[in-house]
Amino acid sequence: MLEIKNLQVKLEDEDKQILKGVDLTIEPGSVHAIMGPNGSGKSTLSYVLSGRDGYEVIGGSVSLNGEDILEMEPEDRAAAGMFLAFQYPVEIPGVGNMTFLRTAVNAQRKARGEEEMSAADFLKLVRAKAKTLKIDAEMLKRPVNVGFSGGEKKRNEILQMAMLEPKMCILDETDSGLDVDAMKLVSDGVNALRDEGRSFLVITHYQRLLDHIKPDIVHIMYNGRIIKSGGPELALEVEHNGYADLLAEVD
Amino acid sequence: MALAQQIIDVTEARISAFPLQVSGWSATNRESALSRLRDMGLPGRRDEYWKFTRPDSLCDIVPQTAALFTPDEAPVFASVDRLHLVFVDGVFDEVASDDLSLEGLTIERLADVAGKDIHWAKDVYGSLEAAGQEPVKRPLAALNTAFATDGVLIRVTGKVSKPVNITYLHRSEISDAYLHHVIRLEEGSEVTLLENGPAAARFNKVLEVDVADDAVFHHVRTQGRDHERRAATHIFGKLGARSVFKSFTLTANGVLTRNECVLTLTGDDAIAHVAGACVGDGDFHHDDTVFITHDAERCESRQVFKKVLRNGATGVFQGKILVKPGAQKTDGYQISQSLLLDDDSQFLAKPELEIYADDVACSHGSTTGAIDEESLFYLRSRGVPEAPATNLLVLAFLAEAVEEIENPEIADEILGRLEDWLERHKS
Repeated sequence: MLEIKNLQVKLEDEDKQILKGVDLTIEPGSVHAIMGPNGSGKSTLSYVLSGRDGYEVIGGSVSLNGEDILEMEPEDRAAAGMFLAFQYPVEIPGVGNMTFLRTAVNAQRKARGEEEMSAADFLKLVRAKAKTLKIDAEMLKRPVNVGFSGGEKKRNEILQMAMLEPKMCILDETDSGLDVDAMKLVSDGVNALRDEGRSFLVITHYQRLLDHIKPDIVHIMYNGRIIKSGGPELALEVEHNGYADLLAEVD
Repeated sequence: MALAQQIIDVTEARISAFPLQVSGWSATNRESALSRLRDMGLPGRRDEYWKFTRPDSLCDIVPQTAALFTPDEAPVFASVDRLHLVFVDGVFDEVASDDLSLEGLTIERLADVAGKDIHWAKDVYGSLEAAGQEPVKRPLAALNTAFATDGVLIRVTGKVSKPVNITYLHRSEISDAYLHHVIRLEEGSEVTLLENGPAAARFNKVLEVDVADDAVFHHVRTQGRDHERRAATHIFGKLGARSVFKSFTLTANGVLTRNECVLTLTGDDAIAHVAGACVGDGDFHHDDTVFITHDAERCESRQVFKKVLRNGATGVFQGKILVKPGAQKTDGYQISQSLLLDDDSQFLAKPELEIYADDVACSHGSTTGAIDEESLFYLRSRGVPEAPATNLLVLAFLAEAVEEIENPEIADEILGRLEDWLERHKS
């Protein structure tokens, strides 16, 4: 599904290298988690994969289903199946949530040469999916993320994911700012989307999210590299002992 | 201060190019306007309120030609149930217009009744304009009062069931039109005025609205998409107690448009809202100059102006709230914002507050910015390409001004038109 080879990235405006050779292969249908201390490059990885400005790739490659995506615009990556659930979802005053969702769904369909979804079909679908995420009609009508609580914003990210049906989903600290109930709701939403054709990359600081979204493989990222990979037990180890032991091995 | 000889010369040359109406009820009104104009002189670049906008082409004796615009879209407001009036290059088109009768109001044409000795409009025609010359002079409006060839005189006595829609058409590349409309709303009456369409190569229009106590006036107009027009429009409004005055303008294209709006709240608890959304591309200059005077207690005023500018377009906003002594509990609000889609465009703003009462709430804000990169990336990351994503954000930005329109059907019409025009302006 996703193949990252020796990815090296620096900031565009500064002479500062953030990713120093990341290697990661994610198979279809699998869930990978990346943990690591602050400043290790986790969020940068998610931004670079989704095509955000401000970063310069100085080495390596990324392919999604065999297609090189590094030269692609963000919207083309999205149409190819990439989705980033933002750590801080953006508020867009004046743009209705429903308009936003429908524009996005139809833009992707158009890019893939598919027919646009009719207003009626769209409405039916979005209502059904919103209901399972406990997103009410009022939230769909309001401007995108404006006045949403932290939990509502994250649920809204998952709703977008459910509507867009991406193949490669990256969740950037989706658990941040969520209480226990909201985390359960969001995790249930993600788990409902798990299937053999869809892969996940879950970026998190804490093991607790991984209790809900069970990963197949856990990676530890530090100083721009993946320093260790293992099964779910690796996350538990971090939870109990912190990163100190792992980092000591590397340093 | 004496006028410079050059201004006197230009003004006299301009005046001499017009025949003056000498008989009928409006003669003295026109003569006093002429004398006001002589005292003020036509605007020049040295005038404080013409620093950002060159008045020359609005003052020249012969207007610059303007290519005709052939619309490839349904006329604005065509789907609205309305009383429709049509002016072609400033000349009334009787055939294209509806019969001038509607319950709750009387409509007459200035040109038709100008010869009469007595007319109700004599109390209003040029008098709101004259009152609006202090403290800022507006010579182009005085010029209009002196020489306007036509216009409509509407007296509203009841709650009118459908809007009056004036459509302007432009069919001559050298037309120079001077229209002067007068609307008097009697106590408790209500009417909506809609205006649309390219009017002439050069258009000078004055609208005077006298709103009596408890009366309600709504005004929605569109200007566009005739690109080469030059237009100077003035609205003068006087608001009685508990009256409501709401005006919204949507503008696209236009090498030179100056819209002035001068309102005075003279009765307690009156409400005045003035709003505008404009889309400027390239060789475009749009100027909103607004002056709202609070001269009564507990009145509310709002100014909401939004401009989206690209490819070297220029937007101007000069907005003032004047709170006179004794106008306590005034609630005044003013916001002017521009979205610059590139580095070549500019927005020039002069927000002003002048307050002589001590128990008031007045605020003003003015911002200029680019498209929010975070929002743009968010949209693109969901698969919306850059151009439609930008349009969506632009529309959202302008929609805040469109929300000032109270009638949902007309607001929808304006929003739809705005979407269509933005789509056409996509670079």
